[in-house]
Amino acid sequence: MTLGDLSANLIKVLPLSIVILWACVLLLVDLFIPKDRKAWTAVLAAVGMLVAMGFSLAQTGVNTEAFGGMLEVDGFSQFLTILVLGSGLVAVMLSYDYLTRLGIQRGEFYVLLMFSISGMMLMAMAADFIVIFLALELLSIPLYILAGFARPRTDSEESAIKYFLLGAFASGFLVYGVAIIFGATGYTGLTEVLMAVDNGSANLGLLAVGAALILVGLSFKVAAVPFHMWTPDVYQGAPSSVTAFMAVGAKVGGFAALMRIFITALGALAIDFTPVLWGIAALTMILGNVVAISQKNIKRMLAYSSIAQAGYIMMALVPYGQKEIMGDVIASALLYLIAYAVMNFAAWAVVISLEKAEGKGLELSDYAGLGKKYPVLAAIMTVSMLSFTGIPPTLGFVGKFYLFRSVVEGGFVWLAIIGVLTSLVSAYYYLRVVIYMYMQDGEPTVHKDNWVYIAAAVTGVGMIVLGIFSLPLLNWAYQAAISAF
Amino acid sequence: MDFLLNPLTLVTFFPLLGILVILFINRENKTVIRWVALLTSLITFGISIWVLVLFNPADPDLQMVIDIPWIQVAGWEISYLMGIDGMSILLVLLTTFLTPISILSTWTAVEERVKEFMIFFLMLEIGMVGVFLSLDLFLFYIFWEFTLVPMYFLIGIWGGPNRVYAAVKFFLYTMAGSLLMLLAILWLGISQGTFSVPEIIANGAIPANIQLWLFLAFAAAFAIKVPMWPLHSWLPDAHVEAPTAGSVILAGVLLKMGTYGFLRFNLSMFPSASVQLAPWIAVLAVIGIIYGAMVSYAQKDVKKLVAYSSVSHLGFVMLGLFAINLQGIEGGILQMINHGISTGALFLLVGMIYERRHTRDMDAFGGLWKVMPVYAVLTLIVTLSSMGLPGLNGFVGEFTILLGAFGSDVLNSPWFAALAAIGVILAAVYLLYMFQKLFLGEVDKEENRKLLDMNAREIVTMVPLIILIFWIGLYPSPFFNLMEASVTKLVESIQVAAMAGLP
Repeated sequence: MTLGDLSANLIKVLPLSIVILWACVLLLVDLFIPKDRKAWTAVLAAVGMLVAMGFSLAQTGVNTEAFGGMLEVDGFSQFLTILVLGSGLVAVMLSYDYLTRLGIQRGEFYVLLMFSISGMMLMAMAADFIVIFLALELLSIPLYILAGFARPRTDSEESAIKYFLLGAFASGFLVYGVAIIFGATGYTGLTEVLMAVDNGSANLGLLAVGAALILVGLSFKVAAVPFHMWTPDVYQGAPSSVTAFMAVGAKVGGFAALMRIFITALGALAIDFTPVLWGIAALTMILGNVVAISQKNIKRMLAYSSIAQAGYIMMALVPYGQKEIMGDVIASALLYLIAYAVMNFAAWAVVISLEKAEGKGLELSDYAGLGKKYPVLAAIMTVSMLSFTGIPPTLGFVGKFYLFRSVVEGGFVWLAIIGVLTSLVSAYYYLRVVIYMYMQDGEPTVHKDNWVYIAAAVTGVGMIVLGIFSLPLLNWAYQAAISAF
Repeated sequence: MDFLLNPLTLVTFFPLLGILVILFINRENKTVIRWVALLTSLITFGISIWVLVLFNPADPDLQMVIDIPWIQVAGWEISYLMGIDGMSILLVLLTTFLTPISILSTWTAVEERVKEFMIFFLMLEIGMVGVFLSLDLFLFYIFWEFTLVPMYFLIGIWGGPNRVYAAVKFFLYTMAGSLLMLLAILWLGISQGTFSVPEIIANGAIPANIQLWLFLAFAAAFAIKVPMWPLHSWLPDAHVEAPTAGSVILAGVLLKMGTYGFLRFNLSMFPSASVQLAPWIAVLAVIGIIYGAMVSYAQKDVKKLVAYSSVSHLGFVMLGLFAINLQGIEGGILQMINHGISTGALFLLVGMIYERRHTRDMDAFGGLWKVMPVYAVLTLIVTLSSMGLPGLNGFVGEFTILLGAFGSDVLNSPWFAALAAIGVILAAVYLLYMFQKLFLGEVDKEENRKLLDMNAREIVTMVPLIILIFWIGLYPSPFFNLMEASVTKLVESIQVAAMAGLP
């Protein structure tokens, strides 16, 4: 590869190149920004993400490959790129004041955030098992550090070490799976693997073993049962703004890889893997929702709720082998990822507003009386909870509606029934937050910060407006899905 | 922009304007907020009268239809599809009629968080009217499920001592049924390629065995809402804990959403399953009639008594609807209106006495006739109407239903009507028992001697209801005329479809 080739390829993936380069430069620039002016770092990081987002939008309609077919630039990758960049922006908005307040304002936070985002973007484009592994590490390692960012608080350190050990273990599974698939087919590219399966040169038994190991590795990342154990502790211990970002970003990365791998390369294994995905989805929805009921800490509750949400998205992938409904399968998963991101950030913005130093202000009882004293904040939290439950007219409802549609279309009515019944269970604990806010008396105290408020307001309004006028989002998700597969 | 000015869009979404205005009023200006809410609901009622004027009773089809593509992508065919016909117009009127009355009843009863109360109340009105007007299953589901939210808050914030439990129970119970309906809606949308109810009916392409499952899934949602025995256990809790205005709307309109659902969706879309399952529904309805009446008799709390009487009265409605003949269904629809008026009035009356004494225990009262004569007379009229005394509205509805059930080919047994008639007698027993406990005899409690009779505002809330009680009782034909054409068409189409579907 000549230098000219390299630059041509880097331009093909320009948004990604920008984020990586920007992060590297920001790391140096940050050295010259004095300790009490770290707002500059935050702003610069945000500008970088905006620039990348602009270039990503400019790529609308592009459908090409880069680096010899190892990366795929298409509607699917563009959709997810914009989603993670948007999540990154909201994460910066939520973080700046929060970090100052907790006394952990350090410039590398924003740089790490950008590196993690670049990993997610890479994952969205990955069309080769090696790149998938690379992307997974690139998105995970900064997250491990960010989880421990509140050191020397022990629960933050505990969270980081737990996340790191289990995450490294999961990466091991993934890389071993990749090795086995290479053994089974002789290739690491997704389309080459598919070709090897089609022309009969692949060892299908071995391929299934490899795919199973990869599924384990990625299920870890998206926090699907039975690989979810790390989630509550990590979510609780990590700084809240990191958790908010991690909950969206890691899921986006994980599901992007799952969709690419299973739909592009492993369609032939659908007979074996559909029941497995069915089981994982059902277990994840049941366990996540049932265990969330007994949580008293809002961060833990949201952690279990995020496990449950992973189950719902997983549900869309169950009929992944049915070519004729492929558009719906992917589009519904993509749409739900967006819906999940919006409602997740709305909830975490409220959590961050109420959180106090030393992990105080995080019990459900701390929300008592919020409806009376801070009606807007309480209303946003309520909409978010209703959206998580899937009550119309919210984005969460449209998202769930589409997910269930894909599942029913695929012929898995029982899975859909499990899905709606667990939604019913989830109503119980989501509504409990509402009960505390509106039906109990208390004196909640809120830390006011404009950026957090803006994030809360935008996501709060977004949930309702996009819930009613969901057509553009649906269209976009559907176009993204059919452009890629 | 035409659809914005369509009378049906207006009548549904006008309260939104009131909500927006209230949002910008300082929460301390309680009187202003109350007036804005009242005016909004009155104008909404006015718009519904306009709809009535535009409505042509001779036309059996849907009128004033708005059909705007809404979400049409990737095989979704979702439209903003609204329309009105003889089956829904009375229910829309009932909703817009009861809302201002309920708001007026809260004038002194709700003192805390008036702003939120009125916002939720108007939101509830949007949801209820939307349920009765929407003809796209997706749109319908949105309104249907959305009504849960404001009602949940109304019970949970302004309710009685056990309000949180009641609110959660109400929410979860109703949601459980709705979710099964959601799956059935999805199934219909996928297999029929559309969510439009008229189109699905016109296609008529649902095989009988699948109709059975779809019927059951829809029935799960509606039977809980009605509520039919044995799914009624949320109702006494919700009613007893809800604030008066909430109870009025809950009994007056929300329960009708269930019976209306059976009429609009189950009977119309799944005719052969309806015919097949009608006797089973009728059995449950009759059990509900008698069980509700007997449990009512056992109550000490007046509000609970009225709540259980709803189970009994709604049993009549279900029996009428599933007689699947002209009289049965017409009687069923009229009985929905009657129940809304009579039970709504009863809840208002109970609310008035509760505001004065802060108890609803029957033993705490007695001899009130001497202390509060106006209150006593009005209560007597409403009680007799609820009992089904000839000349008042309840009689017309119940009698038509019994006629329908008696002559029903589908039920094919006089026993349903005969057993249901026992329910009429039982209703007289528990209602007169209540009346006697409250009003007759000596004033033997010191606290009751100084009770004030109804004030002007309270009388204003009751008068429209009393007028309707007499009107429907003495001259019901305008009401029957409104629904006749649509119901005739429905019954015919069920017979045709059921003939074709059944061997």
